[in-house]
Amino acid sequence: MNNIDSYTHTRGESIYLDDIPLLQGTLFGAVFPSPFAHGVIKSLDICEAEQMPGVVKVLTYKDITGENQIGGIVPDEPLLAEDEVDFCGMPVAFVVAETDEEARAAVKKIKVEIEKLPVITDPREAAAKGELIVPPRTFKLGNIETVWQQCKYIFEGIAETNGQEHLYIETQGAYAVPVENNAIKVYSSTQGPTAVQRASCRVTGLPMHMVEVDVTRLGGGFGGKEDQANTWAALCALATHVLRRPVKYALSRMEDMAMTGKRHPYSSDFKIGLDKDLKMIAYDVTFYQNAGAAADLSPAVMERTLFHSTNTYFIPNVKATAYSCRTNLPPNTAFRGFGGPQGMFVIEAAIAKAAEELGIDKDVIQKRNLNKTGDEFPYGQKAESEAKACWEEAESRYGLDKIKDEVESYNALHKLNKKGVAVMPVCFGISFTNTAMNQARALVHVYFDGSVSVSTGAVEMGQGVNTKILQVAAEVFSINPSRVKVHTTNTSRIANTSPSAASATADLNCKATLKACLSILERLKKVAAEELAVDVASITLKDEWVYADGERTKLNWKTLVNTAHLKRVGISEHANYSTPVIYFDKTIEKGHPFAYHVFGTAITVVTVDCLRGIYEFEAVKIVHDFGRSMNTSIDIGQIEGGLVQGIGWMTMEELIYDKEGRLRSNALSTYKIPDIYSVPKQIDIHGLESQNDNLAIFKSKAVGEPPLMYGIGAYFALRNAIKAFNPGADIPFSAPMTAEKTLLALYSKTAKGLNVVNKKVEISVQSL
Amino acid sequence: MVEFILNNKEVSTDLPRGMLLLDFVRYYKNLTGTKIGCREGDCGACTVLIGELQNDEVRYRSFTSCLTPLGNIDGKHVVTIEGVNMSGLNPVQQAMCDNSATQCGFCTPGFIVSLAGFCLSDKQATQQNAIAAVDGNICRCTGYKSIERAAAQVAELMQNRGEEEPIKFVTNNNILPAYFSTIKQRLKSLSLLLNGNLHKANLNSPLPRRERAGEGVFVGGGTDLYVQKHDEMKHTHSHFMFNRGELNSVSKKSNKCIIGPSATVTDLYESEIFKEYFPQFKKQVKLVSSTPIRNMATIGGNFINASPIGDFTIFFLALDATLVLSNGTKKRELPLRNLYKGYKTLDRKPEEFIAKIYFDLPDRNTLFNFDKVSKRTNLDIASVNSAISISMKGDVIKDAHISAGGVGPVPMLLKKTSSYLAGKVLSEELITEATEIAQSEISPISDARGTEEYKRLLLSQLIKAHFITLFPTLKVEELLLN
Repeated sequence: MNNIDSYTHTRGESIYLDDIPLLQGTLFGAVFPSPFAHGVIKSLDICEAEQMPGVVKVLTYKDITGENQIGGIVPDEPLLAEDEVDFCGMPVAFVVAETDEEARAAVKKIKVEIEKLPVITDPREAAAKGELIVPPRTFKLGNIETVWQQCKYIFEGIAETNGQEHLYIETQGAYAVPVENNAIKVYSSTQGPTAVQRASCRVTGLPMHMVEVDVTRLGGGFGGKEDQANTWAALCALATHVLRRPVKYALSRMEDMAMTGKRHPYSSDFKIGLDKDLKMIAYDVTFYQNAGAAADLSPAVMERTLFHSTNTYFIPNVKATAYSCRTNLPPNTAFRGFGGPQGMFVIEAAIAKAAEELGIDKDVIQKRNLNKTGDEFPYGQKAESEAKACWEEAESRYGLDKIKDEVESYNALHKLNKKGVAVMPVCFGISFTNTAMNQARALVHVYFDGSVSVSTGAVEMGQGVNTKILQVAAEVFSINPSRVKVHTTNTSRIANTSPSAASATADLNCKATLKACLSILERLKKVAAEELAVDVASITLKDEWVYADGERTKLNWKTLVNTAHLKRVGISEHANYSTPVIYFDKTIEKGHPFAYHVFGTAITVVTVDCLRGIYEFEAVKIVHDFGRSMNTSIDIGQIEGGLVQGIGWMTMEELIYDKEGRLRSNALSTYKIPDIYSVPKQIDIHGLESQNDNLAIFKSKAVGEPPLMYGIGAYFALRNAIKAFNPGADIPFSAPMTAEKTLLALYSKTAKGLNVVNKKVEISVQSL
Repeated sequence: MVEFILNNKEVSTDLPRGMLLLDFVRYYKNLTGTKIGCREGDCGACTVLIGELQNDEVRYRSFTSCLTPLGNIDGKHVVTIEGVNMSGLNPVQQAMCDNSATQCGFCTPGFIVSLAGFCLSDKQATQQNAIAAVDGNICRCTGYKSIERAAAQVAELMQNRGEEEPIKFVTNNNILPAYFSTIKQRLKSLSLLLNGNLHKANLNSPLPRRERAGEGVFVGGGTDLYVQKHDEMKHTHSHFMFNRGELNSVSKKSNKCIIGPSATVTDLYESEIFKEYFPQFKKQVKLVSSTPIRNMATIGGNFINASPIGDFTIFFLALDATLVLSNGTKKRELPLRNLYKGYKTLDRKPEEFIAKIYFDLPDRNTLFNFDKVSKRTNLDIASVNSAISISMKGDVIKDAHISAGGVGPVPMLLKKTSSYLAGKVLSEELITEATEIAQSEISPISDARGTEEYKRLLLSQLIKAHFITLFPTLKVEELLLN
């Protein structure tokens, strides 16, 4: 089944935030952002702005009727700056005017005097100064201290990954509308309607039942609208609350890029120990997460980095420590993978370091250390592993040895171009790591004309969750999918929602839908049994007809629901689902946080133009653990899209902040995401159809985030191609591998007494 | 007053001519299918088709409406996503659905419009050409593979067109709405109505008073002005050059090529002269922005915006092109290499505009190459770009012009490097020496497009790339390792 939104999408009829018809009297907002990354506000002059044509009001923190606070996990983020600014782009004032143009013109007339304070942009510097968002955390397995003695090889190094701009094509925005009796309705482009509701309430001082949040769909989210949609919604809600007028704010691209947080950059230290058989037996890693100026979701992101610090490998002795470091960048936030990719990059770098020093292929070490069912993760959960199955299927199906041979002979023949190959296995845990968030609700109405309406807490942002929800209802009732409509996500219909995130949205909301539909079905069957005077156990519904003992009866779906209604049997249901089994004890950092894991293996082949330092990806060949996909076209779309986003992060997407904390890559002209010509020429996807029981909806495993991490293979394939040209190339483990870094690496001199460029990593090879 | 046909309806408006088409369709006509993604021509979410009469046919090209002022569409046919909708899905839309090529859907209308543009063009019905039509459309969700599959299906639709005129074919086969077949006649009626307004100005007519006084700006395709001065342009007094037919011709007079300043990159690309004299042009042009931007961006605009990395400035610097500047009454000639006096400062008075560009077409012994590296190979601004025009006599270099962008405050002609090469026998060693001299001429700075160190290395590499491309017998290894 295709995405149910395809029809309106392709006709340009789908409604996004900026397409909502405006109510008469709508005003437009625009933020005045801090021009400096850190400082004390000496004076704020809004007089001239207030006199500008069309300006209705310039709101500052003084106009906040509730609390000036939007921090979710930690209350450390004011909506509008009071006496200090902590990042460049921090909202200081909110202009509200009759037109969008007038609001933006007035923003330019605001003057602020700021006494500058030192700016920190580097997480290690922040950590050294004790600027931490939350106390550091450490996950441990085995005994790292004593095991080094048993290692035959030990390697150390530094690995760094830069951040990533979400670049949802629809920018952030909100539209707040006054409702009678002081209530407000907020339309928001958010992944977390409840987060928006909570922030709006906190800032206005209204209780939650007075603020209704409604979301039709997003033009992309990728984590960027999980928490960071709150600011704009809260600003609009506040302005509406104060002025009792509808207020809309749709950010321009540059405002969005400058004011919102991104994927967290990380800098990490690793030390890895292998035994004589190349088994990894010790891994010590310290992560320095660049959290930005406020907590936002950073503590949770940091936690997932720890969860995925060993990727899909079993290492018996592990110590993984993470610091969430406060810097003067916009608060960094969720982004597909949520810290997992950053953790995985480091273990992959450690393995690459070992392989390069030992002069063997990286995949030899990778394969030897894949986890198997029963192996313990550093956080205590035992793996139900498909790691080997995926690897071996990829190896044989795609002929890994042959690919490697072909690359080698190509490289022997070609001087200007070199190829590189890398294998990237992935293991990703599914569930919110905060156990309490693993709950969802669905409201299903069957109308007496036979049509069905479903509301859940899931937000449709392209991932196809509404299609899957619709499939569940249609399948349970065995009716034509056209009878089902999935409605907007609305906090008045579904309360206390978890954000659409953590790859878990389909599982949680589909399961809630399933429960609701099954309850209704049970009652309908009872009605049918009564009508037909047969035993309820003999009743089934199939293709819109009621069957008794396998025989089609006179009752069809429409007559059945109508009969039920006339008999005053409820044909609506509100159901609650919470993931069983999972728990996590933070005091000992052990538990069973994930409902299950998703596995997969990707083989990446790249060709580098060694003259220009540019490159093309020839192919990415994937074996992915679908469980049993309930919608293959949607799931394949998630894999292709996730992969390409991951490749973008590893290659061309380069966030650049200057020392003053100003974003230099602040537009699509300076921040490049993959275009149609830069994606792999070939992407092959084979589904590993595992039959094992799992907690996924219809055994169809979550698919949103895991494929992004296949993109990490792009970095290591490039590294291998560069080494094929210049075996002694000095290449820091620093992603993205831009065209610039590639060219500099291709022509970098080796450490043999020559010019050592960017030498950051001290290597120690100890043969004991 | 601006008058044009919007989808299937004649419209006229008194809104400022500097206002953007994107805002007009979305907020004045409530055609919200055209999306706002970046407002700088880099995402294609706002793509529309612009149709105009050309040799008695309607020729459609894709434009990003975020950079298109109303002043540039006077008398034309504007097609938004709503203008390609039929009852049910049209086959282009169906192809995107069939291949699950839409996820969040926000970029989708832009892709559909671009693909509709492909169907309306006389391009060969290949998947490659259909993909080229969407090279200016960015999608953050799908990873493009499904879009590639949809593009193949769209190309398939056009397979049987043969020699039939595209508009006839797509309307007869229900690929696009029937009203498209009425547009030619309606554009003709519109141009009659507008007679006296459109195409009135010509090279010899004096400029209006305000322009003579150096007030306001000359706007070409708008692809840079509307990015740099987005907020001001709506109310700026602008003189729109784009619609002036006599300013966008590409012609040949003996060995000279004469280009009107409003000729777009696509105009060059489609000219027989460029096909003949620059056989690699197609490949080189692919490195320059995207289809819609190439449809809009003018050569004159590329020169005047004075970006140190303007691709066509670099291209024509190596060809040693000459400009004819005019203030509407007086003309003067100026070699392109003398136009730039410093960062974004020109040897040009505010009331002067480029009336003509000309250069000598390469003879049989002259070789030309253009190369460029950017963070993303396509649809990106160069980190460094360079061109070379080199005349050979046997294996002796008679004359060479090497230009380079991104390595100084202005687009540069590498004079020392060029003259060093003249009169010498071509060898690997000579090329290496040339790269060293080039280093002494340039002064790159570190910015979002690369560090100084990188730009220096890259220029050397691009100079080597020119020679490796033009002289395949050179020993590549020696060049790479020195």
